[in-house]
Amino acid sequence: MSTRLGKGGRLLDRSRPLEFTFNGKRMKGYRGDTLASALLANGQTLVGRSFKYHRPRGIVASGAEEPNALVNLGRDGRFEPNQRATTQELFDGLTAESQNHWPSLEFDVGVVNNYASKFLPAGFYYKTFMAPRPAWKHVFEPFIRKSAGLGRAPVDRDADIYEHFHLHVDILVIGGGIAGLTAAKQAAATGASVLVVEQTAHWGGRAPVDAGEIDGVPAADWVKNAVEQLESADNVRMFSRCMGSGVYDHGSVLAYERLTDHAPQDDTPRHRLWRIRTKHVITATGAIERPLSFAGNDLPGVMLAGAVRDYAVNWGVSAGDRTVVVTNNDDAYRTAFALLEMGLEVPAIVDARTTPQSPLIEKARAMGIRVETGRGVAKVKGRARVEGVAITTQAGEGAVLETIPCDVVAMSGGWSPVVHLWSHCGGKLTWDETQAFFRPDRTKAPTGDKGQPFVTVVGSANGMLGTAEVLADAHAGGGAAVASVTGQEPATVPVPQAEAETPAPIEPVWMMPQGASHELRSKMWLDYQNDVKVSDVQLAAREGYESVEHTKRYTTLGMATDQGKLSNINGLAVLAQSLNADIPAVGTTTFRPPYTPISMGSIAGEARGEIFQPLRRTPMDDWHDANGAYWEPVGHWRRPYCYRGVAETAAEAVIREVKNVREGVGLLDASTLGKILVKGPDAGRFLDMMYTNMMSTLKVGRCRYGLMCSENGFLMDDGVVARVGEDEWLCHTTSGGADHIHAHMEEWLQTEWWDWKVYTANLTEQYAQIGVVGPKAREVLELVGGMDVSKETLPFMAWADGQLDGIPVRIYRISFSGELSFEIATKAGYGRALWDKLLEAGRVFGVMPYGTEALHVLRAEKGFIMIGDESDGTVIPQDLGLDWAISKKKEDFIGKRAQERSHFADPERWKLVGLETTDGSVIEDGAYAVAPGENVNGQRNVQGRVTSTYWSPTLNRGIAMGLVAHGPDRMGEVVEFSKVDGGTVAAKIVSPVFYDPEGEKQNV
Amino acid sequence: MLILTCPYCGIEADETELSPGGEAHLKRFGPGSTDEAFETYLFHRENPKGVHFERWRHAMGCGKWFHAARCTVTLEVFGTYSAQVTEPPAEIREKITTKRPGWSWRGIE
Repeated sequence: MSTRLGKGGRLLDRSRPLEFTFNGKRMKGYRGDTLASALLANGQTLVGRSFKYHRPRGIVASGAEEPNALVNLGRDGRFEPNQRATTQELFDGLTAESQNHWPSLEFDVGVVNNYASKFLPAGFYYKTFMAPRPAWKHVFEPFIRKSAGLGRAPVDRDADIYEHFHLHVDILVIGGGIAGLTAAKQAAATGASVLVVEQTAHWGGRAPVDAGEIDGVPAADWVKNAVEQLESADNVRMFSRCMGSGVYDHGSVLAYERLTDHAPQDDTPRHRLWRIRTKHVITATGAIERPLSFAGNDLPGVMLAGAVRDYAVNWGVSAGDRTVVVTNNDDAYRTAFALLEMGLEVPAIVDARTTPQSPLIEKARAMGIRVETGRGVAKVKGRARVEGVAITTQAGEGAVLETIPCDVVAMSGGWSPVVHLWSHCGGKLTWDETQAFFRPDRTKAPTGDKGQPFVTVVGSANGMLGTAEVLADAHAGGGAAVASVTGQEPATVPVPQAEAETPAPIEPVWMMPQGASHELRSKMWLDYQNDVKVSDVQLAAREGYESVEHTKRYTTLGMATDQGKLSNINGLAVLAQSLNADIPAVGTTTFRPPYTPISMGSIAGEARGEIFQPLRRTPMDDWHDANGAYWEPVGHWRRPYCYRGVAETAAEAVIREVKNVREGVGLLDASTLGKILVKGPDAGRFLDMMYTNMMSTLKVGRCRYGLMCSENGFLMDDGVVARVGEDEWLCHTTSGGADHIHAHMEEWLQTEWWDWKVYTANLTEQYAQIGVVGPKAREVLELVGGMDVSKETLPFMAWADGQLDGIPVRIYRISFSGELSFEIATKAGYGRALWDKLLEAGRVFGVMPYGTEALHVLRAEKGFIMIGDESDGTVIPQDLGLDWAISKKKEDFIGKRAQERSHFADPERWKLVGLETTDGSVIEDGAYAVAPGENVNGQRNVQGRVTSTYWSPTLNRGIAMGLVAHGPDRMGEVVEFSKVDGGTVAAKIVSPVFYDPEGEKQNV
Repeated sequence: MLILTCPYCGIEADETELSPGGEAHLKRFGPGSTDEAFETYLFHRENPKGVHFERWRHAMGCGKWFHAARCTVTLEVFGTYSAQVTEPPAEIREKITTKRPGWSWRGIE
């Protein structure tokens, strides 16, 4: 049973007791506790269930590498799953629940998987769920969905706020241990701007627990001095609780600061994502201890030796009364010393090495600790937690020599440098045979924009394990980094001194005992969270998986939320052994950011709700909003879909608006229409290249409808072009197309025809534009007064400048509805005034505003295409019967060569037609025209599809446009269109121009 | 998150200010060209491990297109230069040669 000790706990403030709950049970802790240390202090050794077999799981580690102790934290808007108990600081009122069990943590039905584990081997997803096919939908998928994931997904909106900060610094030091602090002191001494980030709340890393004295004072005091010295320097910033999350190209770094996770009552953002640009990164990220692979190494009570020591020294917590230390290196001996000092028992140190000799081992023996060398663990005894260990010969197959009763097993398989941040942006690794780990290859660092190395790795992260080595390495590395950034030699900061250590060499142990039987191997866990065992990796190897990346995905090794921090090296060593390959030949999987998971909130930052993205509003937006506008997004704009009257549905409003345009007069806010001015001596020539039809021959004062294609020949945009001067054209684009069409023009001008004298300007937001549309449109303008808008002066497809009741305007006689129509442009600042005047003048004619849906219905009744409805990037103008808008005279235009390809003239291309249902109903959006027979996938054959479909108030029936095979040759034929319910609806192929085919109404 | 210097406005622009424009120095083939030439122009692209020439636009800045010479492996930028040339300038090519002797790209070296 774990418990709180009467003394010790250098991080605790025992005068500040806190209360929290775990699975509804009230527990007590102290300020300075992590949730993990507090749980152990309350005797809670069982903290969760594993993902696949639902095995009982206890706390293994004391930091970010913890795979097991994941909890649901908080409630309602502050609920968050998969939070790591080892990195969550305790606060008063914290509520946590364990995960992945039902009905309770102690009694979990899912544990049946454990007994069925024989049938759930590596890759069982791929092997098991293949057949029969219907079982996938009804049996496998629901089962997998129910069991997928560990924690619950939050339901409520996140109650916290998050933010992004940008920062530029000369040198960024990631890691606030003694290596990071030493390097930071070097960097700071030159006057360069320095930022030091540390993921925990405490500076100094492992040194206060593990190191003896530095510069003649206890390590904790040295750290305190170093931090004070750095904090007082003007050029240094120090962030604790801030994790270096990812290192990216050219010195770009993300750091993740947890501001209120330990103090949720604080009224500040919860997390802050720092987007840092730095000239140089120093990673001082330390090392992580590796577990040992022996049978039963996943039982609660089996912990990393370093973690057992941390809980005792940092938090005054004993993981249990009797701890057996199992190791292949010297470091774990420190755990035995720390526990004895606390008055706890260490029945034995089981050392896999045959004849290790070092001062630490001598010390252990001198203290009377039983040291068993050449021995390993055959098996951990116990069901829900450790009750003892069976000892065996490491060189053997697992014959039990002796069983030692204990309640904790402190294991150490050696330490692995945390190379993640070094590797994120391309830093290479090298296998260190002597120390049995991958370490950064300093000669192959990530390089910056000038080819210079921009990451320096120091300390344990660089493979230095002794305190003296760490300090010397950090001092040298920090100095070199500074020199590369500032170009000056680092100031003469003395190298911090510590006593040199002479540990006995580590002996790599990838399996314990080395000749373990299959039964033992299938109880040796590599990945605790995802339940991947030594036997699974060996099976994958036997099945032909040679690449470590493939094995990872096949077995799910290292794919859990701990990203394999404990399991990766052990797993690939087992794979290498199974393949009879060297570890470096097998290599590592790719290290990807973030180093540990960061919150979704921090990624979103402030970009949520109304400020998720900017909203573009037209000059008349306020009026629309106050007059029943039912909004729809169009690009980044919002436009009224319709204007709803009192007790009127949107559908009713659209019908009213359409009828009013056809019979009276309507007003349309067309300000969102793209307006690009193209000017210069070569503007006409340029537009002839941009558009499929001829624009250079357009007369000043006239308008022409034009099409734009991509260089690949597909229809891209359309709109009316007006020649507004001798060398000046105004090109209207679709509302959503203004920006990319402007960019398209600039691209060709700047990169292909850069010697042409043409300027472009996107004037979209400079002008408000109002459509005055309907048989009474002219009368409205005449009533406003100021311009001659007669047919003779201002004929169809002409434009004129003038003033309407004192407001300077340009009127275009163009129509997208088939009615008499004036599109009036004025400077944006006059937009609302003009709108008000037109409404006022139109009152006697029954004027009403109309929205985008009425606009769509009106254009569809006339068979006018809409980019994005009739076109989708695969449609060419010829498909839409727009051959007349493609110049035959021009030698070249964008897309002309592409349209000469045979597929573009294929008679089997679906072509535009009108469609009238035989029963008058509206065809469903996106419906396909079905054809006899089935394709190879057993789906119905198709012969066309609907592109636009509406209820036509004018014709009092459903109308549609669509692309149909040989459509224009099949006038009058009836085809069937699919319905969502599985049935079909019959529709007759007709001309797409449903209303006023002669065009008499717009040309009056 | 690359940093490229815009040769027009001189700003060391963060990648968020830029929009990529694919391979540089394509020769346009229009009407009258063979299917093969047109296909190559429209679809065939280099995918080098090493020296590459690209088009970028300072879209959230001065709006100008420019060229960049870059190593796709190390992300080293050899230089940026005007969009209004049909091949990399000698100065850029020499710079690459000192850093990557023996390089070649689409027959340019």
